[in-house]
Order: sequence, then C-alpha cells, then structure tokens
Amino acid sequence: MNANQVLQQFSASGVETCFHDRHINPQIYAGLNGKNWSIKDYEARGGYAALRKILGQDGGEGLNQDQVIATVKESGLRGRGGAGFPTGLKWSFMPRQFPGVKHLVCNSDEGEPGTCKDREILMHNPHIVIEGMIIAAYAMGIPLGYNYIHGEIFEVYERFEAALEEARAAGYLGDNIMGSSFSFQLHAAHGFGAYICGEETALLESLEGKKGQPRFKPPFPASFGLYGKPTTINNTETFAAVPWIIRNGGQAYLECGKPNNGGTKIFSVSGDVERPGNYEIPLGTPFAKLLELAGGVRQGRKLKAVIPGGSSSPVLPADIIMNCTMDYDSIAKAGSMLGSGAVIVMDDTRCMVKSLQRLSYFYMHESCGQCTPCREGTGWLWRMVDRIERGEGKPSDLALLDNVAENIMGRTICALGDAAAMPVRGMIKHFRHEFEHHIEHKTCMVPAYV
Amino acid sequence: MSSIKQGVQAQSFSEATLARFAREVAKYPAEQKQSAVMAILSIVQQEQGWVSPESEQGIADYLGMPAMAVHEVTTFYNMYNQRPVGKYKLNVCTNLPCVLRDGQKALAHLEQKLGIHMGETSADGLFTLQQSECLGACADSPVMLVNDRHMCSFMSNSRLDQLIDDLRAAEGKA
Ligand SMILES: NC(=O)C1=CN([C@@H]2O[C@H](COP(=O)(O)OP(=O)(O)OC[C@H]3O[C@@H](n4cnc5c(N)ncnc54)[C@H](O)[C@@H]3O)[C@@H](O)[C@H]2O)C=CC1
Ligand SMILES: Cc1cc2nc3c(=O)[nH]c(=O)nc-3n(C[C@H](O)[C@H](O)[C@H](O)COP(=O)(O)O)c2cc1C
Ligand code: SF4
Ligand code: FES
Repeated sequence: MNANQVLQQFSASGVETCFHDRHINPQIYAGLNGKNWSIKDYEARGGYAALRKILGQDGGEGLNQDQVIATVKESGLRGRGGAGFPTGLKWSFMPRQFPGVKHLVCNSDEGEPGTCKDREILMHNPHIVIEGMIIAAYAMGIPLGYNYIHGEIFEVYERFEAALEEARAAGYLGDNIMGSSFSFQLHAAHGFGAYICGEETALLESLEGKKGQPRFKPPFPASFGLYGKPTTINNTETFAAVPWIIRNGGQAYLECGKPNNGGTKIFSVSGDVERPGNYEIPLGTPFAKLLELAGGVRQGRKLKAVIPGGSSSPVLPADIIMNCTMDYDSIAKAGSMLGSGAVIVMDDTRCMVKSLQRLSYFYMHESCGQCTPCREGTGWLWRMVDRIERGEGKPSDLALLDNVAENIMGRTICALGDAAAMPVRGMIKHFRHEFEHHIEHKTCMVPAYV
Repeated sequence: MSSIKQGVQAQSFSEATLARFAREVAKYPAEQKQSAVMAILSIVQQEQGWVSPESEQGIADYLGMPAMAVHEVTTFYNMYNQRPVGKYKLNVCTNLPCVLRDGQKALAHLEQKLGIHMGETSADGLFTLQQSECLGACADSPVMLVNDRHMCSFMSNSRLDQLIDDLRAAEGKA
C-alpha cells in the first residue's frame, strides 16, 4: 500500500453519522447513501426541478424574482449558520436593481465546536447547495458566487469542485442558464484553519486574500460586501433548504416545523450519546426525541447537561433541556441559543469546570486580536478558569469571571467576544456549586472525569 | 515583524505548479488576483511541505502583491507550516466535543507510540504531532487530520496503531 491508500482506509463512510433511518421527514439528507452524490442521482431525486420551475422550463410560467423571495419569506426559513436571521428578509435587502456586480457567498466554514452538518451535506449532496445558490442568485440578480469551505475538510472542497464541473457541463451554471437570459458563475474557495473566518465579514476579508479579521457592522454585507459590493451570505444548510421550498411551496415548508420556525433542521449530536451523528428533524421536535434518536446517553448514564447550539451557546442543565423543543424560540426562552444546531451532550461524570477550561482556551486561541476586550478578556477568562480547575482559584474569582465576561459582551467588533463570554456566564449560572467546590476543596466534584 | 527576511530570493515555480496557480486565479475577477493567495499557499505547502520566505516572495511576485501581505496570511491561518514539518503532519482534535469521546486520549496515545510530545517531530522525520481545534467532523471523533487533506475518523487506539504502522511500512521503515 502506498501512503494514500493507507489514509483512505480511515476515511469516514457516513454510515453511522448520516445514512441511517433515524432522521424525521428529512429533506436535505433524504435518500443519501454515500454513493449517490453526482448530478444524475440528484436529478433522479428531483434535483434541479426547482430551478427548472422558476425558469419556466417545465411548461409552467416560471417565477420572477419577487415571487421567489416571497416564497422564501413565506417558508419561515431562518439562517442555519447560527443567528437565525430570516432568509427571505435578508434576500430582500439586496438592491435588486443595482446596476453593478453583486456577489453571493455560501458560508461553509463550519468550525463551531460540535458542528459537522455542512460537511455531510457538501460531501453527500453537493448539488442541493449548488441549486439553492443558483436560485438565490436568480432571485437577487447576482452574477458571481463563491462557496468558502472550511480548510480542514479538503476532501469536501474537492467533491464540491467536482460537482461544480458537473453542473457547468449540464448547463445549470455559467452563461445563459438553460437557454434563459440568466447567467451565474460559481466557484469554490477554501479556508486554512481560522475559526473566525466563519464570521461573515472575516470570511469576506479572507476571500479577498487577507487576514480574516472581521469588519464593523453596519454596514452589513448586503450593502458593503465582497470587494465592497453588495453581497448576500448564507450558511450551507440555508441554501440547501431552498430547492425543497421552491418545489413544495413556502407554506408546506413552514408547516414542517412550527410557527416562526419553518422546516427541518440538521442537528449534530456529539459527546456522551450512544450514536453521535447528524439528525435532520423538524424544528419543534422535543429534545427528548432527538436524544432518543442518538441512542440515549452513553452506557445508560444520567444526563447532566447539554450545550444546545454549538460551543458558544450557554449550557443548559438536564431538567431544563428535557423540557425544551428544538427550535429557535424554545431554546432562546430557556436562556440559550439554537445556534448552529450542534448539540453537545454531557453525562453525570463530566466536570463543568474542566469543560469550560477547554472552551475558554479555544476562544482565546481563536480571537483575531483586533479588539482589546476580546483579545485581553479571552485570555483572562481562560487563565482564571484554568486556575480554578487546577485548584488554585480564589473565592473572589467567580465574581471576577462574571465581571470580565460582562465587560466583553457587546463591546467588540464581532460576536466572537460574546461567544467566549456567554458560555462562562451560563456555566456559572447553572453549575456554580461545581466552581465553588473546586475553589474551596481544590479538587473536582466529579473525579470520574476522563 | 522581523520574521520576513530582507532580500530573500523569490522562488520560481515549475510549469505544472504554475498551471495549478492559474486555475485558482481564474476563479476571481482579473483585478482581484490576490483572492487566490490562500489556495496558492496551500498548493505550495502540499508540494514543498511548508511555506518558506522564498516561496512567499515568489507568490507575491506572481500575484502582484507585497510579500508582507502574503506573510500576513501565512501567519494568520493555523494550518500553514511556517517551518518544515515531518513527512506526515498529524493534527488531533482536542476540542470539547472530541475530548468527550477520547480525543485527548488519542493524542496521548500517539505521543507514546511515536515517543514525542505534542508539537514535536519524530527523529526519523516521518511524523509531526499537533493538537488542533474543531476540524468540523465532531461526530466521527476521535478525529485526526493528516497533511491538511485527509480526515481520519473514529481513531481508536488500535486504528491509530494501524495507521502509524501502515505509514511506516509504506515508507519502508516498519
Ligand atoms: N456555524 C458555525 O460554525 C458558527 C455559528 N455561529 C453563530 O453565529 C451567530 C452570530 O453571527 P453574526 O453573523 O454575528 O449574527 P448577526 O445577527 O450579526 O447577523 C445574522 C445575519 O443577518 C444579517 N443581518 C442582520 N441584521 C441585518 C440588517 N439590519 N441588515 C442587513 N443584514 C442584516 C447579517 O449580515 C448576517 O448575515 C451566533 O449566534 C452563533 O450561533 C458562531 C460561531 C460558529
Ligand atoms: C465567530 C463566528 C463564527 C461563525 N462561524 C460561522 C460558520 O462557520 N458558518 C456559518 O454559516 N456561520 C457562521 N457564523 C455566522 C455568520 O456570521 C453569518 O451570520 C451566517 O453565515 C449567515 O448565514 P445564515 O443567515 O444563513 O445563517 C459565525 C459567526 C461568528 C460570530
Ligand atoms: S471580537 Fe475578538 S474575534 Fe471578533 S473582531 Fe474583536 S478581537 Fe477579533
Ligand atoms: S470538536 Fe473535534 S472535530 Fe469538532
């Protein structure tokens, strides 16, 4: 075996994490098996029918720009990248009659700890993202787009490039798409290891060939984006939802979920469950059901806590999360965020101080250093949590931690500062006794931590 | 920044490499060639193992941008190697979701197996071991990225042993 063949043996098949029968009414992951990613298979699943529909290629009248945007608005689709911003509304901000160039960008820089859904969309169903982007480009009159893919998932980047070639060859991408007057060029770009480039304006800087340091917002990308031109950025999963919406109508999508939370959402479940993986389920599904799909807590242990929306969302203790449904509003009401839908499950052997120590290190490491509260504050947070973890904490540290966190929040250019501060406050709010125990007894309450 | 040396010789690239560069540049509007710098740096790293000041200068000349601007990119992103590394760079994810599923143990196991600490390169020059932040494959943990391009999933200790042994065999160093 040569080295390449050696490495091939260790690639994921997706069987455990994506091709299982434990999705509920899936739209994006429906019918995938790891071998049917190519354009012919996608078309056989009904792919590119939505594009044909808006272009009036199947005998219908077609949909104009306003109709496409109205349909997306009606669907209640909210951005799957974490902030949950209404997609139809975002699209309507784009100056459609703007004479110059506008850009469309797909944010596939998935790097929020716990999140691994976009990787499996792009690997196993790349054309659904391409079709979603073409429809978006049509609706906003955009001629040029990029998909910016997390540098660590290089195989996905290669897969996406192969899919782009197929789409071009089939006439879905390029000049005069399917004989219409609409043209759209789409390319793949990649990052190279910087979490911050998932933030949309940092991503734009990176795409311009610079350090990925966020810009002040406003102006939002809709008015000043890539190369200073109006730009719409959406998450991979957001684009992937669009073809289904166009085919089946906005109302049908809305009804898949619950009011204000339309459609299905992919949850990446990691940590202490029997079957970690991606689960596509309707928004509004009870958390308990999601946990069951993931095989329940590992080794029959007791659930202790869940980080419901990626590492930047505040932790929720078992009794709270067990009463939540998985949608933007329910999780927000419980005091956290649905975020990117990365559900990190922790059982009763886990130490919250140690967990927070690891997360605080991450935010310190990934701060781009532009703003003082974030650059200095994330270092402070880590050093304090680290010291508490090592049994060197002082009783005054908890108030100080809270204070530093509060002083970061809302005082930075981008939301990474908040993302570092919010988990700290959440942990101290719900698991204060564990931090106090560490400080008082200089040992862990849950010594079984591994 | 003192790390960018004065008067470095710009590296010249082979025809084949330049063709790869050109493919990336073609994705962007003509006046935005600089956009291709990320991809071009990663091509150079794939071919040479790291990004030297000479190649930064060569890329700068190719893209018509200052060498310092290229260097800023190299240093900002975690995956560019600013010095030579072993033939196989192993990046084990040790972020929280992975730690909950033995990510830290995988790193410790490799340290023992290779007889080096995190951040070091084995004496035979084959392996460099690093920890990394979320690779975006959390459900597959423990996960390890090899040479920036190969994601290895479900890396239990026995699979790690197999991977290292097989790579050594492939290199004739079993
Ligand atoms: N998927 C992942 O890997 C990660 C996701 N996140 C998530 O990112 C979220 C924060 O993202 P941000 O982009 O900072 O949120 P944001 O609230 O600033 O923006 C959300 C989206 O709406 C647009 N927008 C908002 N107000 C607008 C206006 N008035 N006019 C035009 N456009 C407008 C923004 O351009 C953006 O695309 C967090 O909630 C977190 O959950 C954070 C880290 C990683
Ligand atoms: C630090 C940070 C990292 C982010 N990382 C990502 C990411 O990896 N993927 C993503 O889609 N959005 C990420 N976001 C959110 C984006 O800024 C933006 O809101 C999103 O891409 C918009 O797409 P959506 O409306 O479809 O969700 C991040 C935000 C912050 C503050
Ligand atoms: S908040 Fe942090 S990551 Fe965001 S711009 Fe400021 S320093 Fe950079
Ligand atoms: S936390 Fe390890 S790959 Fe995401």
